[in-house]
Amino acid sequence: MPFKHKHLIRIKDLSASDILTILDTAESFLEISTREVKKVPILRGKTIINLFFEASTRTRSSFELAAKRLSADITNFTKQSSAVMKGETLKDTVLNLEAMKTDVIIVRHAAAGVPYFISTFCNSHIINAGDGAHEHPTQALLDAFTIRQNKKSFKGLKVVLVGDILHSRVARSNISLLNTLGAHVVCVGPPPILPEEFKKFGVDVEYNLDRALEGADVVMMLRIQLERQQKNLFPSIREYRNLFSLTPKRFRRARRNAIIMHPGPINRGVEISADLADSVKSVILKQVENGIAIRMAVLYLLLGGKEREITD
Amino acid sequence: MKLLIKNGRVIDPSSHTDETLDILIDKKKIIDIKPKINSKDARIIDASRLVVAPGFIDMHTHLREPGYEDKETIQTGALAAAKGGFTTIACMPNTSPVNDTRGVTEYILSEAKKHAVVNILPIAAITVGLKGENLTDMSDLVSAGAVAFSDDGEPVSNSLIMRRALEYSKLLDTVIIDHCEDKNLSARGVMHEGYYSYLYGVEGISGSSEEVMVARNIILSEKTDTSIHLAHVSTKGSVDLIRTAKKKKLKITAEVTPHHLLLTDESLQNYDTNLKMKPPLRSKEDVQALLAAVKDGTIDIFATDHAPHTSDEKTVELDSAPFGIIGLETAVSLLLDKLVHKNFISLERFVQMMSVRPAEIFGLANKGKIYAGADADLTILNLHKEIIIDANTFKSKSQNCPFHGWKLKGKPEMTIVEGKIVSSS
Repeated sequence: MPFKHKHLIRIKDLSASDILTILDTAESFLEISTREVKKVPILRGKTIINLFFEASTRTRSSFELAAKRLSADITNFTKQSSAVMKGETLKDTVLNLEAMKTDVIIVRHAAAGVPYFISTFCNSHIINAGDGAHEHPTQALLDAFTIRQNKKSFKGLKVVLVGDILHSRVARSNISLLNTLGAHVVCVGPPPILPEEFKKFGVDVEYNLDRALEGADVVMMLRIQLERQQKNLFPSIREYRNLFSLTPKRFRRARRNAIIMHPGPINRGVEISADLADSVKSVILKQVENGIAIRMAVLYLLLGGKEREITD
Repeated sequence: MKLLIKNGRVIDPSSHTDETLDILIDKKKIIDIKPKINSKDARIIDASRLVVAPGFIDMHTHLREPGYEDKETIQTGALAAAKGGFTTIACMPNTSPVNDTRGVTEYILSEAKKHAVVNILPIAAITVGLKGENLTDMSDLVSAGAVAFSDDGEPVSNSLIMRRALEYSKLLDTVIIDHCEDKNLSARGVMHEGYYSYLYGVEGISGSSEEVMVARNIILSEKTDTSIHLAHVSTKGSVDLIRTAKKKKLKITAEVTPHHLLLTDESLQNYDTNLKMKPPLRSKEDVQALLAAVKDGTIDIFATDHAPHTSDEKTVELDSAPFGIIGLETAVSLLLDKLVHKNFISLERFVQMMSVRPAEIFGLANKGKIYAGADADLTILNLHKEIIIDANTFKSKSQNCPFHGWKLKGKPEMTIVEGKIVSSS
């Protein structure tokens, strides 16, 4: 199937076959990162900007390496060292960067809707690397890729998402993607950060982690932001850990071959016990590794790449 | 010079008039109204096939002067009002400086006298600096010309201060207006809290952040036996509370804006900053409840909450954009098309909500009615003319309007203030 999107802003915009095209393309890119010379000339001469208004280690480095392994030129923008600190508006910042003839702008911002907003006045391809609590599509794609490496099919797969669902862009993108591929998603967390209305997204909402874990194929832990506690979204880290931390004892309720995922960064001993995070059940570092192949695939497909070029 | 409006369909709800009549105006007043008036020395306006109504009144606008003249001035706000069919507008006190002293009220009135083509009624602050701590010199402000009191967007959160303001207002012939919002509940919210805020990943403003303050205000109004006017109500819960209060004959009145009646939270899918205002656009169920409340009289009046912001301020990410949209130049066409032409409310009820009730609630003598002796403030409507809203043609200094491009039937044709034609198309 040809991939006909100019931007990657929301998972919602992708069909099941779009998603599978990205996963299949990533599959063929996976090997490049294992070569002695980790580089192919597919995107030579393309200019990409990593426009990060929020802190990030994983996602920014992952996009940067993905671009470099495809031979594109990429430059990093961070808020702290930019004219934004001098009061420049977002629109002016982007227009100035685009004047340097960019092909792709990868954007992360604390406000939902920023990638879409940029796409309304900018000619470059826009990739959403996380916008507020809205979406983080490449994370969901690399998660799906990792699930596919471990499970035969998405159909009927029980995926349990645990944590701060309300403020999580990773949760939203994953819910959207997993629903599209036919998985059964269960969300778990304290009620102030998991409103019941999330049921309308086609997921089950559960407040008891033990019950939710019964028969789970995939357990996806979300980072609990420690500053949320100050807003009384839950009483204390101790209370959160008692109710929602993934421990070896709890994890025994899941299926025997269940896997543990986490988009990072991990709070060891808070949402997940350290020994589980490091156990053979954990695919957390595999997710990071797969992230590069997924981002290579996304860059390649958005820039109009065709399947056969990869093997050349 | 005298003005003679001939053959108009005169709608005057307070006298249950709906018939073809002529109206003669002289020296700022209506001097005669009957079929077939002849006058040799009057300028004649042919109002055949047009509707003549008592001048429309908008009790909720922001004119931004003094202090924010890049957004709007008293002059441009008044021009926008005239073009939109309003003859009288009240302006909220959140200017810089805040309208909390005689000096600011007098400044607004003197600028209005010099530059405004419609009547301008200043609303003064309830508390000094809108800080919610100390009451303003309310009596002095009334004598300077303040028509009502409100802390609008910075509502009085301390219930004791609100109670004192209500009690003190008994001394005066005035009304307290409250923008009902518990700021601890609305917090950093940007749009209505619900399915769509969760879907779009935007911080929510719950309906209850409005409803708890509506309930508080109703309780305080009952306790003090004073009038309170609830600004721009937006939720089903609010209208349910108001309906119950009205059954108990409490002194509660309420307004609704056209945008809260015609748009929902779902429309923020593209994070359009011209859909960001307080209270936020609510759910479909809330909109249905608001429409029902307009129909059954629970809601008394329409108001625009005209809130100009420059396009630079609005051309930003949704989270950073200021709250508010303009409404003076679109309200009449929107309400005629979507409510009157759809037979949801009668033309008479529409006029009642645009002129009669605002004049009654705020005690505007000689306004809101057409009779010999009344102020010659008239709004003339063309019910059947089709228009396309074009924000680029607005008289307002700002264009922050979500209705750009809407095709509507019905428009204000001419606006007459104190016998003078201030807008005509």
